[in-house]
Amino acid sequence: MFDYETLRFIWWLFTGVVIIAFVLTSGFDFGICALLPFLGKTDLERRAIINTVGGTWEGNQVWLVLLGGVLFAVWPLVYATLFSGLYIAMLLVLFALFFRPAGFDYRSKLDNPVWRNAWDWGLFVGGAVPPILLGVLVGNLVQGLPFHFDENLRPYYDGGFFDLLKPFALLCGVMGLLISLFHGAIYLKWRTEGNLYNRSRQVIRIMGPLVLGGVALIALWVLLGMDLPRITAMPGTGAPSNPLNKTVVMDAGWLGQFLRHPWMLLAPLLGFGGLFLAWRSALEFNARGAFLFSSLGITGLLLSLGFGLFPYLLISTSNPAHSLTLWDASSSQFTLALAFWITLVFLPIVLTYTRWVYKVLWGSVTPEKVLKDQHSLY
Amino acid sequence: MTGDDIVHLSRLQFGLTAMYHFLFVPLTLGMSFILAIMESVYVMTGKTVYKDMTRFWGKLFGINFAMGVTTGITLEFQFGTNWAYYSHYVGDIFGPLLASEGWMAFFLESTLVGLFFFGWDRLSKVQHLAVTWLVAFGTSFSALWILIANAWMQHPVGAEFNFETLRMEMQSFADVFFNPVAQVKFVHTVAAGYVTGSMFILGVSVWYLLKRRDLGFSIRSVSIATGFGLPSILSVIVLGDESAYTSGETQKIKLAAIEAEWDTHTPPASFTVIGFPDQEAEKTRFAIRIPWVLGLIATRSIDEEVKGLKDLWADSLNHVRNGKAAYTELEKIRRGDNSAETRARFDQYKLDLGYGLLLKKYTTDITQASEAMIQQATNDTIPRVAPLFWTFRIMVAAGFTLLFIFVMAFYYCATRVADQKRWFLKMALWCIPLPWIAAETGWFVAEYGRQPWTISGVLPTHLSVSSLTSGQLWFSIAGFLIFYTVLLVIELYLMIKYVRLGPSSLHTGQYALEANDPVLSRNITP
Repeated sequence: MFDYETLRFIWWLFTGVVIIAFVLTSGFDFGICALLPFLGKTDLERRAIINTVGGTWEGNQVWLVLLGGVLFAVWPLVYATLFSGLYIAMLLVLFALFFRPAGFDYRSKLDNPVWRNAWDWGLFVGGAVPPILLGVLVGNLVQGLPFHFDENLRPYYDGGFFDLLKPFALLCGVMGLLISLFHGAIYLKWRTEGNLYNRSRQVIRIMGPLVLGGVALIALWVLLGMDLPRITAMPGTGAPSNPLNKTVVMDAGWLGQFLRHPWMLLAPLLGFGGLFLAWRSALEFNARGAFLFSSLGITGLLLSLGFGLFPYLLISTSNPAHSLTLWDASSSQFTLALAFWITLVFLPIVLTYTRWVYKVLWGSVTPEKVLKDQHSLY
Repeated sequence: MTGDDIVHLSRLQFGLTAMYHFLFVPLTLGMSFILAIMESVYVMTGKTVYKDMTRFWGKLFGINFAMGVTTGITLEFQFGTNWAYYSHYVGDIFGPLLASEGWMAFFLESTLVGLFFFGWDRLSKVQHLAVTWLVAFGTSFSALWILIANAWMQHPVGAEFNFETLRMEMQSFADVFFNPVAQVKFVHTVAAGYVTGSMFILGVSVWYLLKRRDLGFSIRSVSIATGFGLPSILSVIVLGDESAYTSGETQKIKLAAIEAEWDTHTPPASFTVIGFPDQEAEKTRFAIRIPWVLGLIATRSIDEEVKGLKDLWADSLNHVRNGKAAYTELEKIRRGDNSAETRARFDQYKLDLGYGLLLKKYTTDITQASEAMIQQATNDTIPRVAPLFWTFRIMVAAGFTLLFIFVMAFYYCATRVADQKRWFLKMALWCIPLPWIAAETGWFVAEYGRQPWTISGVLPTHLSVSSLTSGQLWFSIAGFLIFYTVLLVIELYLMIKYVRLGPSSLHTGQYALEANDPVLSRNITP
């Protein structure tokens, strides 16, 4: 039906869709959990905050699980290299995520203030740590990671955990958190009233300039300071996947990449413009529009990352010729086609019932409503 | 190459995290269907006690579900973090199965489970019922895909080695999906989950009966758990037998090891009920045997033989020799030899390539492997017999005890005397752990029995691991131990707390602990 090259490109797009869906949905869950101990002054207020996402966070998290599955199925070498290379970082993300299922479900099942407060801080960890570490991860994707393969395509990582914490990557980590807080506060403002509404608005007011400033700083840093390998010879975009058969030189940069394809500049523009409009409209108009804008803004940032790296999926700093591209790190044509059809069938179904669930559970959550339903709500 | 300690620590961590995950999975599988059945009865009869049952058992389901989610993400990450070469080598087949699980199952159960808990007042009765059923189907779909994936590890069909990409690639999705091992494993495992859910609800309910509390609620819970549990335990046992039969065809070494069948006997082979397997002497001491039974189970005939381990060792020796030849030809191809003869010789031996890879443990250059190394690699294909022999028997004993309990429960429910048979109520209470013991030992048999392979005959375990340091592994194992222990203590504490509260935790004003007059609440009889 499709040739190998087309399928690889389709899957590059689909992988992007899954990443965007994860960041947009789990992004506000993370932000809201990270804001929980600060915005909720009383137990009922905290429960109101938790219940704005209590019925839906679990489905949102599946985008992350699916992303793991998609990498495994479609880009097995990326999955193997990235997850084993960033071993400690991945485990820290995982351990932080452990706080969420139990935090949501167990917190309000006992009436003990110490217990509840402890879980609130657990949810804070589960909300704050993943966006920081995933931000650091994005920073390292931009800078490249030290890895190489042996002749059997066994991946080796040539660095350690603390090598990940370079200034640029740390800035990305901070921005991961700030963007989650911003996105989360917009969602929270949309779903609450009264005190919580006002406090969310306050967070948006403060976060807006920080997010915009940080994004601008990252953009400048990347465009002026980051290198990219340039492929000088490779077997072809439809050749069997083997990343050892190409040669590269390190003489390209992000600025060149965007200048060669000026239309790509729409992505950072969408990112910056979306976040700016989100900030302004959240303060002056309704939260619904602001949420749409912040979603567009985050999408723009992620597209900028994808466009800038294209055709790379993972850049190797220790052996640039071993960098993984969408042309030499994919599954077989058969598997790409199979996964394509499965996705084509299930993506619309998943989106349909997810939309329905949000519709049913929609409505503002207030401390009064929580009190009324205190034995069944989180 | 990666050291032995990395392999052992990686196996320890995977075993630990997977078995821990499976403390929660079977209960989710079983309880989700029982909730759907209870709610169906509510919708059909309109009796609120069934709604209360759905909601109360749903609370316990939720406490357990949270742990299943927590420990499940670990597994999705762990193939990449700890089994990187495995991920590269078989991602083409294994990956799409996991991705399908995500699309078809995880989204369904995780998205709708929120509506199950919070949708009672926002949905019509029938809509809510549909949600509950979909959550139940979601959990079983999840089991379907992961068991297809696991079955492929036991019996890898529909895939071929590609020398250009240096990995296995899928050739036929139908072969992978309809893998005979997968079909059997799926039904055996989900039914075991249904038994776990049934036993849990039965065991907790009989405790209320022993306490003479909330009789109407409890006796109805017992009936539904029994009605679901009895057919489930029968399926487990029948499909367990079917599982042995497919093993007889596809996993001969595992079957022979489980049965401590050292020698090939004249058919039909006898079944060793109990005994003490001695690996070094290659015989079973103090064995009690039943004639014919093993032959009947494994071959369903009286004239086919069940091969013993000594003969299977000789088969393996042949495979390893061919594997060395396959690897030698592969090396030539990789050095640029494109001649048709080399390709033809490679194709001739390539099914045994995995056996050649076993030699990697003993030499860096497989093409130069000595006869002594080939013998060593062949020894590795025979797993330790005693652990398999014993765990298998524990599983079977637990299974038949559960059959007894459900048969008795069914009989007492049918004759309406269940709440009076105190010896039986006590027994059912103390047997709550049995399904977990059976499930964990069952997985041990399946996975330990596949050693030295991650993918049977294709990829040895010692090659599958990531290039990590033991420091990294100790960090992660320590992290899992701490998190999982603390979470388990918390989970059990909450579980016991809510079990003690019983349906009174719903605050409907109908149940024992909240009624002012405890006698009154006892009057709500069946």
